[in-house]
Amino acid sequence: MSAETATGGIAYWLRRLGGGVTGGIANLGYASRFLLAILWYTPAAFRRIQLTLREIYFAGVLSLVIILMSGLFVGMVLSLQGYESLKRYGADEQLGILVALALVRELGPVIAGLLFASRAGSAITAEIGLMKTTEQLAAMEMMAVNPVARVVAPRFWGGVISMPLLAALFSALGIFGAYLVGVRLIGIDAGAFWGQMHAGVDFWPDVTNGIIKSIVFGIAISLIAVFEGFGAKPTAEGVASATTRTVVMSSLAILALDFVMTVFMFRGATGV
Amino acid sequence: MSPTAKPSASRAPAGIATWRVEPGAAAVELADVTFGYDSRTVLKGITMTIPRGKIVAIMGGSGCGKTTILRLIGGQLRPRSGTIRVGGLSVPDLDADALYDLRRKYGMLFQFGALFTDMSVFENIAFPMREHTELPEELIRDLVLMKLQAVGLRGAAHLMPAELSGGMARRVALARAIALDPMLVMYDEPFAGLDPISLGVVGQLIRRLNDALSITSVLVTHDVYESLKIVDYLYFVSEGRIVAAGTPEEVRASSDPFVRQFVDGEPDGPVPFHYPAPSYRDELFADVG
Repeated sequence: MSAETATGGIAYWLRRLGGGVTGGIANLGYASRFLLAILWYTPAAFRRIQLTLREIYFAGVLSLVIILMSGLFVGMVLSLQGYESLKRYGADEQLGILVALALVRELGPVIAGLLFASRAGSAITAEIGLMKTTEQLAAMEMMAVNPVARVVAPRFWGGVISMPLLAALFSALGIFGAYLVGVRLIGIDAGAFWGQMHAGVDFWPDVTNGIIKSIVFGIAISLIAVFEGFGAKPTAEGVASATTRTVVMSSLAILALDFVMTVFMFRGATGV
Repeated sequence: MSPTAKPSASRAPAGIATWRVEPGAAAVELADVTFGYDSRTVLKGITMTIPRGKIVAIMGGSGCGKTTILRLIGGQLRPRSGTIRVGGLSVPDLDADALYDLRRKYGMLFQFGALFTDMSVFENIAFPMREHTELPEELIRDLVLMKLQAVGLRGAAHLMPAELSGGMARRVALARAIALDPMLVMYDEPFAGLDPISLGVVGQLIRRLNDALSITSVLVTHDVYESLKIVDYLYFVSEGRIVAAGTPEEVRASSDPFVRQFVDGEPDGPVPFHYPAPSYRDELFADVG
């Protein structure tokens, strides 16, 4: 490779890197403005609360099966794995607290968030993207109806409200699954299982931290879903790639936000 | 008031809502309008007048900028230069609130209807009434049935858009477009993909509703045969410019090469059959010697 070609190659990659970074920052700016627009039109959307209730049904109620089933199985597996580890140290009666803390603090919000992004986030993006492709959003605009107020804000809030409820149900079913395996199958004393959990899990900070995480995840997933749908190219390919981006971006956002929030919550709890 | 005079309350929603064009004044006026995306210029110096109460067709081949003109009139796009006035109001100068108020006086029929797929036919037509009026439910019901009766689909009120044929969907969209008795109705390719019967029905409905409701209609289409039967005036657009204009009689009698090619459906002419390319011979023999 000649020196000139190598220089051209470096310039090309630098341009691509610069383009990627500035594009990413611009997108972040658009998303922030989009969030402000949603908040601005939220009172108008809430005046017809049935629109938001309908979205809670589509995003929340219709996600119940996958959330509840996943919660149950995760709790059961966690119980089996936890018992195997705790038994080595003679602490098998601590199973209740282990499962409860793991689910309430971490697994409940994170796994429910990942499932919610896949199930409801992708559906929201695809629906808005298809509305754009079939000119339904343009028709709304031409009827002097703002699509952000009529279509986007109710879906955003439907997701934000549904997510913490789904995470709570995920954790509840997970604990029930752990009870089935730990107490019913393995034979740990039920009193010890529930008693340890009762004594070791505090509403503040354990449960509240989990709730805060699930609310933040709900905001992130819902914003990404409506933003990608609204900005999707009005073609079949455009909607498909927007839907994929929603799942990928939401999953990465959940994991990154979880790490950041856990660091702050851990520092807050321990003073480290 | 002259058609180009600005109404006194051009930025006041109430002023727009109550504003009326004087009889005989133009409903829509475009003067030297230029529009483009980035380096590509789509429209070059478009000037046209659409008189009140008339049906005006904008015709031209695919991708010549016809739909862009509708989007400019609707305020969804802003021109690079030139003026666009609807009932005397300069559309590009309106702020968001004033633009939305102006759009309440618009009706628009999209190419494939753009019906809301999660609502029934009834709900689709009731949608603009529910959004913009405080009418009681009984009155909305009666109005919706009247609009559906006008397009011959009162019996289909309970159907979902997925259950409609292309022609029926277009008629429902037409009923929705006139739901609030607009001043101006814009039709984007209303005849595309319709069978001959539906085509005739939609064409006649456009004419009948335009006359019965005293509205102004702008029709973007490339269906010459159907358009010549119902419109009052035609503009031909090619490569972003108006290349011909006239009444249906003038168009039929025209010897303009573009008009003749368009009306007679000739494959080659001012609009070439071949996309610009290097010499065929040179390309075929590029590898030889």
